[in-house]
Amino acid sequence: MRKLTLVIISYLLWFLLVWPFDPVTGELRMQSTVVGIVVALFVGLYMGDRIPKQIGVGTVLRRIFWIIVYVPYFSWYVILANLDVVYRVIHPEMPIHPGIVRVKTGLKSPAGRTMLANSITLTPGTLTVDITDDGYLYIHWINVKARDVEGATEHIVGRFEKMIRRMFE
Amino acid sequence: MSSNVIVGYIFITIGAFFDFFGCMGLVRFPDVYNRLQAATKCVTLGTVMILVGTAVVTADPGISIKAILCAAFIVLTSPTGAHALARGSYLSGVRLWEKSVVDQFEERAEKIKTQHGDRK
Repeated sequence: MRKLTLVIISYLLWFLLVWPFDPVTGELRMQSTVVGIVVALFVGLYMGDRIPKQIGVGTVLRRIFWIIVYVPYFSWYVILANLDVVYRVIHPEMPIHPGIVRVKTGLKSPAGRTMLANSITLTPGTLTVDITDDGYLYIHWINVKARDVEGATEHIVGRFEKMIRRMFE
Repeated sequence: MSSNVIVGYIFITIGAFFDFFGCMGLVRFPDVYNRLQAATKCVTLGTVMILVGTAVVTADPGISIKAILCAAFIVLTSPTGAHALARGSYLSGVRLWEKSVVDQFEERAEKIKTQHGDRK
């Protein structure tokens, strides 16, 4: 089952990347299509065991829903982050008070933690430097507002953690 | 010009501006970590907007889909790369800017360094 899932996903990705339609006539090119099936079967049968664990269809649909909700929410913060950087770059006195602070996350799954670390890096003023096994993240903060773990956690992690928990846990 | 071309060029122009400010941050900011902040955020959004603009301008679905997929992979990989660079430079001894207000990573970095020393 896991192998079949991976075959379908890799074939879909292959199909989108190759887009085997003739640009002029618009008909399907058999060559690329068949090669794609062979490659997808190979990848799926060989690597299928590496997908971590089996989850139900309901869970998958719920996660996809939260990912779709998350994308615009996250994009908004990415735009804010960019305007923030632009402001600090073009301001003649360069208003930065950088430092590395420690924050705590309650997320357990590796995928969730990766997502959180990536989200933190792309949002205003923060950059993930390191993460420990017991859930502490080290964040380079361009404008430090709170130095204790709780305050910094609320500022940096608070706005994403709930949503990421719904997506990955 | 049809409207999709105009919208696409608007996207590409805004993207190029963000890329430009990201590079300006690379020059102006004082240390590696601040520079990484500017480079990661602005260059990610800038490049993604240029790719989305390309996807809107071209009429060929093959190219549009490739551009959107590339954008998705950039969003996933570029912060990971920045994290690896920041961690690597701290562990190899690149210091924070002298006016930085707080550094809570020092202890942990020492611990990692000793562990690596043991392995050698």
